[in-house]
Amino acid sequence: MLKKLPLLLIFTFWVSACNNSDSDNLDLNFDRSALLINWADNIIIPAYNSFKDNLIELQSSSNEFKNNINENNLELLREKWIKAYKSWQHIEMFNIGKAEEIYYASKMNVYPADIIRINSNIESGNYDFNNANNNSAQGFPTLDYLLYFKESDGTQVIDKFLSTEGDKHMSYLINVVNQMVINTEIVVNDWPTYRDTFVKSTENTATSSVNKLTNDFIFYYEKGLRANKIGIPAGIFSAAPITENVEAYYNQNISKILILEAIDAVHNFFLGKAFNSNSKGDSFKTIIETLTNNTESNLGNIIDNKLSDAKTKINDLNENFVTQIESDNTTFLRTYDAIQEVVVLLKVDMLQVLNINVDYADADGD
Amino acid sequence: MGQINSYFNKYTDSSPLVIFRIGFGLLMSLSIIRFWSKGWIESLYLEPDFHFSYYGFEWVQPLGNYTYLLFIICFISSFFITIGYRYKWSVLFFFLSFTYIELMDKTTYLNHYYFISILSFLLFFIPANAAFSFDSSKNLKSYKKIPLWSIDSIKILITIVYLYAGISKINSDWLFQAMPLKIWLQSKYDLPIIGNNIMQENWFHYLMSWGGLIYDLSIPFLLMIKKTRFFAFIMVVFFHLFTVILFPIGMFPYIMILSSLIFFDSNIHNKILNQIKKLLAWIKSSKKLINVEIKEKLIVKKQKLTLYILSIFFAIQIVFPFRYLIYPGELFWNEEGYRFSWRVMLIEKKGYTNFKIKNTVDGSSFYIKNEKFLTPFQEKQMSFQPDFILEYAHYLGDYYSKKNKTNIEVYADSFVALNGRQSQRFIDPNIDLYLQKESINHKKWILPLNDEIKGF
Repeated sequence: MLKKLPLLLIFTFWVSACNNSDSDNLDLNFDRSALLINWADNIIIPAYNSFKDNLIELQSSSNEFKNNINENNLELLREKWIKAYKSWQHIEMFNIGKAEEIYYASKMNVYPADIIRINSNIESGNYDFNNANNNSAQGFPTLDYLLYFKESDGTQVIDKFLSTEGDKHMSYLINVVNQMVINTEIVVNDWPTYRDTFVKSTENTATSSVNKLTNDFIFYYEKGLRANKIGIPAGIFSAAPITENVEAYYNQNISKILILEAIDAVHNFFLGKAFNSNSKGDSFKTIIETLTNNTESNLGNIIDNKLSDAKTKINDLNENFVTQIESDNTTFLRTYDAIQEVVVLLKVDMLQVLNINVDYADADGD
Repeated sequence: MGQINSYFNKYTDSSPLVIFRIGFGLLMSLSIIRFWSKGWIESLYLEPDFHFSYYGFEWVQPLGNYTYLLFIICFISSFFITIGYRYKWSVLFFFLSFTYIELMDKTTYLNHYYFISILSFLLFFIPANAAFSFDSSKNLKSYKKIPLWSIDSIKILITIVYLYAGISKINSDWLFQAMPLKIWLQSKYDLPIIGNNIMQENWFHYLMSWGGLIYDLSIPFLLMIKKTRFFAFIMVVFFHLFTVILFPIGMFPYIMILSSLIFFDSNIHNKILNQIKKLLAWIKSSKKLINVEIKEKLIVKKQKLTLYILSIFFAIQIVFPFRYLIYPGELFWNEEGYRFSWRVMLIEKKGYTNFKIKNTVDGSSFYIKNEKFLTPFQEKQMSFQPDFILEYAHYLGDYYSKKNKTNIEVYADSFVALNGRQSQRFIDPNIDLYLQKESINHKKWILPLNDEIKGF
């Protein structure tokens, strides 16, 4: 009997291999190209387009302000900056394609802004935004500094643009905005052509769209959202809190608004919810449900709920994160813990189900 | 007793052993070249600041640029094994250099590296240079017959590997959940033809699990029995090539395919040898290699001593994998007594482990970023293995107490998921790991798995 068993094995294997032509078992296997199509067409591309529109509005307001330096135009410019900054939260995680190639996110949102560098750039008028040293002297954090920083001697923001050095200030502001538009156009305009390559790349390899974007998503949640927006200012990675590391430090009143946008973006992406509507398509949640036969653990729902919990915790925070940290860092740290719980679920549980490596260590296995 | 003695005085044709020696040497040479050309010497041994050591072997560390020399020694000795040149020395140098390489960092631990280490140890005691070797041509003596026990000991080792691998599969995860194969096979959706259908089928996951178990438990015996041998060999080739398609498994499948050849009788091996001789006949200088005096029997010097050593060796091989029985708790979770036991492909484990450094004096604390100290590969392995976590915690403790010139405590925030279960906390977060010492004793600060896996 024993020697017949392997034969039986081969035979079954062979029969099943022949049998697969009538594959009515599509629901068994998750269709990753449908997933990528949903991501690209309903989330990524609409989010990019909307961001680009907001950035163009920001650009025209900046020109308006340049032509007519007054409080009213400054206020309008600030509003456009906030609007664009909010919509930026929806695309920072997509570090793929041209965005990855040109280090888009590093040029748009590295904070805290390097004010020494910014001021020396303003002074010299000679700088290269593609130099990595200027990553923290451009993008949204630099605009935050230029549009909100008040000198301790009482000089108002507008005064800097009206002073004898005003032209230099103004030209830096305009150049920063223009550079953001240039970089954004490189990325956004490439998507219509990149889209087809993107949706076809479904295999389970280090360079496929599915795996890269999955890693991007988790990396963004862990680093861009959890560490940058909460962890680092809360002092998780240092002996004491570092308040000047909150996002939009000079504005001080929108850090919470921005992270709420960001966690919504993450949550919607996880659920496969379209950018412009409430319709839902294939997503991490549906892939988890398919691969686990929607049984026992129900990981998809757990992550969904934990993301909602994290959002509730964020909602309880003060609008001003600096005030929050200085008055009650414990609550801030508890928010961090709620966000952190999802990191474990994404990085350990979800990646176990998807069986995607985070690191792609090049070595043999057992 | 008389029977045993007469067994140890039995002789057999030397050709299977000779073919084994040639194949082993060739595959090892290839392995070294492959390892080097992939840049792994740098990425695994030279670039990391810190290496994870085996308990008791902390003194085995990469040797800077001399690490290359180690690989060169390993390569040259495996080449010398192939041609049978100063075989005893070559095999000794191979064993030492290869084992040293494997001991440098346990991040890269693989069962098949361990297999090669102990196989080369075994080969040291076996006259695999008896014929068709530079040694035999130098001494102008080639032996037709070698002691039966020398070939049998290789067969025993291979049998142990398969049997223990099979026994370890007798557990509830493997048999009744098809785990972890289910996770791995499903992730092969991108394979042509079979990826989108049978790889996703539940029955296929179970078939592979049960099939793998039956394969491991039966294949050594099917190879021993003459009637089933050829069929078993086909199975070996099929099974191992299938694993090549599925998993990044390196040279292991080829080593196992080669090893199973030793079960065949000498006819086939002599045919292969004759083919090689024909090829070599074109080279003039190889004439010497072929035209040597053929002696009948090779008498192993100090056979008694050799047999005592090998008896101890096999006794250890048989008992050592069961050391896990001494430890409380779930073996797959605690991994106490997991390595060096032919537990292959049994667990899919993912972990996420971060460390908090606490200043004992003022009570302040901060988390460290693992990427500052570890490569991604090291971080991955560290995150779910308790002995790695402890060793790394001590490294961090030493680093920060020196850097901050203060007393510190080290705590782990660790979560692990095993074989499709939901993740759960892995290490007691209230234990100062810097105070815990590595030993062979049970690590009490591992939190128990909230589940039971039945079986071996």
